[in-house]
Amino acid sequence: MDEGRARRRGVPPRLWLAGGWLLLALLAAIFAPLVAPQDPLAQDLMLERLPPFWMAGADPGYWLGTDSLGRDLLSRLIFGGRIAFIVAFAAAIAACLVGSALGLIAGYFGGWADRIISRIVDVWMAFPPVLFAILLVAVLGTGLSSVILAIAIIDWTRFCRVIRAETMGQSRMDYVENARIAGYGRIGIMLREVLPNVVPSIVALLSLEMGIAVIVEAILSFVNLSISTDDPTWGGIIAEGRLSIHQAWWVLVFPLVTLILTVLSFSQFGEALKTRFDPVLR
Amino acid sequence: MLLQRFLIRLLTMLITLFGVAVVVFVVIRVAPGDPIAMMLPPGATDADIARLRALYGLDKTIVQQFFIWLSGVARGDFGTSISLRQDVLGLVFNRLPATLELAIVALVMAVAIGGTTAIIGARERGTAVEAGIDIASGAALSIPDFLWGLVLILLFGVLVPIFDISGRVSPQLDLPFVTQFYLFESLLRLRLDLTWDLLKHMLMPAVALALPLAAIISQLLKQSLKEVLDLDYVVLARVKGFSETQVILREALKNAALPTLTLVGVQFTFLIGGTVIVERLFSYEGLGNMAIDAVINRDLPLIQGIVLVFALLFVLINLSVDMMYALLNPRLRHG
Repeated sequence: MDEGRARRRGVPPRLWLAGGWLLLALLAAIFAPLVAPQDPLAQDLMLERLPPFWMAGADPGYWLGTDSLGRDLLSRLIFGGRIAFIVAFAAAIAACLVGSALGLIAGYFGGWADRIISRIVDVWMAFPPVLFAILLVAVLGTGLSSVILAIAIIDWTRFCRVIRAETMGQSRMDYVENARIAGYGRIGIMLREVLPNVVPSIVALLSLEMGIAVIVEAILSFVNLSISTDDPTWGGIIAEGRLSIHQAWWVLVFPLVTLILTVLSFSQFGEALKTRFDPVLR
Repeated sequence: MLLQRFLIRLLTMLITLFGVAVVVFVVIRVAPGDPIAMMLPPGATDADIARLRALYGLDKTIVQQFFIWLSGVARGDFGTSISLRQDVLGLVFNRLPATLELAIVALVMAVAIGGTTAIIGARERGTAVEAGIDIASGAALSIPDFLWGLVLILLFGVLVPIFDISGRVSPQLDLPFVTQFYLFESLLRLRLDLTWDLLKHMLMPAVALALPLAAIISQLLKQSLKEVLDLDYVVLARVKGFSETQVILREALKNAALPTLTLVGVQFTFLIGGTVIVERLFSYEGLGNMAIDAVINRDLPLIQGIVLVFALLFVLINLSVDMMYALLNPRLRHG
């Protein structure tokens, strides 16, 4: 009951925080050349491993310090955000379109369509996802589009499983039967009647998937298989930080905090949307 | 009824494995980059290349290669690793125990942490304690194992360096083991010094893998416990004078655990999938770490073998959970 009252009072504060962080990170990424204090690729061995601003020996031009090649950490994080958000949006939307379409078809038509799609999902679920991603990028060749494609190829099943189950539930409802009696075609009912009712789940999953895509991209960068090694990525910075962890902990801490905040924010949105639209929980 | 269910599951399992074999075979053969060219020193002649291609069977069509490989697999022959030049099955069996031990330690930790917090949360329902557990499990669930691993490396490898963050066992130690199940064997041999050293290496990656699963167990088990705690027979036990903890442990847990069990099975496969990157992060010499090297080296036979072993592990776990569920669920047992 308490929860219900809290929800009616409006948007919970953690959602404001999540939205605020994502907006900040997104704007910084979009306007990276304007906001970044330094060139993210500029190396200067005189400036290597400068600590963040509050520590002795810091340089005011390098707020979060520098890495072992003297590159500005803050600027690299801001530019790395570009890759992270492009991958998050593109990969999640691609996975969503494929997965939701197949889930809708399997759930609504049942029979052979369902059996075939469900078998494919079973096969996909038997792959360790991280290994599958690494394998696909190795096959497709490193690069932004390969990373996006690999994530979409792997994660469509997340959408497919949920949307299939939801569509099956919806298809048994009276309104679907009524539409059939009223003489609507099967595909028409699926798209006009059933689809709008599963859209809330799709949107909630989409937000969760964006967080997952950011992580997968970071993992791929971490094993040096994401985009070209010149461009800064969050996972790439983490890989550097893991190596120089005893000399310069900040090179690991700041990208890690950035990733955690981003993932938590996406999942907060996903959870909030799920509760917001779920008639049982509401 | 039960046997029929088992046979159907076994059949779908084989179809799934066949599907995995087809997918991985097709995927890695579309790959640009010639593994043979990478093996040979510069200056190798075309004839050398052709000979090696024939040796690894790469001169045949994809369909021929697939069936040659599959018939080999059926006989337990997974081929020869191109980069390590050893029998794939031997390599896999050499590394698999390390991964299994890590995954099982992580599972035990997840069940222990998740179970305890669920019981405390159900006992203290409606209080600040429950709210605290909810927040903690929400955070543990949203942050994936890869990030937990990094957080743990920073906290317990650098800030307070009490655990080892690299490798499986201290390299200077003399190992008397005859199997690759180091942890298990060290316990059997009562070499607790080695057990401790292994655990010190294993603890951080295991916690990283365990936390998300612990959160799921905690949330689901607490929910089921709270539902069961309102039922008549539980109320009766309370009237009989049992304390709330006793009521939960003796009466409620048995009935609330079933939905959690099914979920733990599926989630355990996710945990094993997570070992790939977590092993890499902690330089732990398991199957996942070897898999990443195999991909980087374009070692086709080794990749195929590892992926298939992972897939086999996943479907076997799902099968056993399904069977356990059928055995424990009275409605299915007699239905």
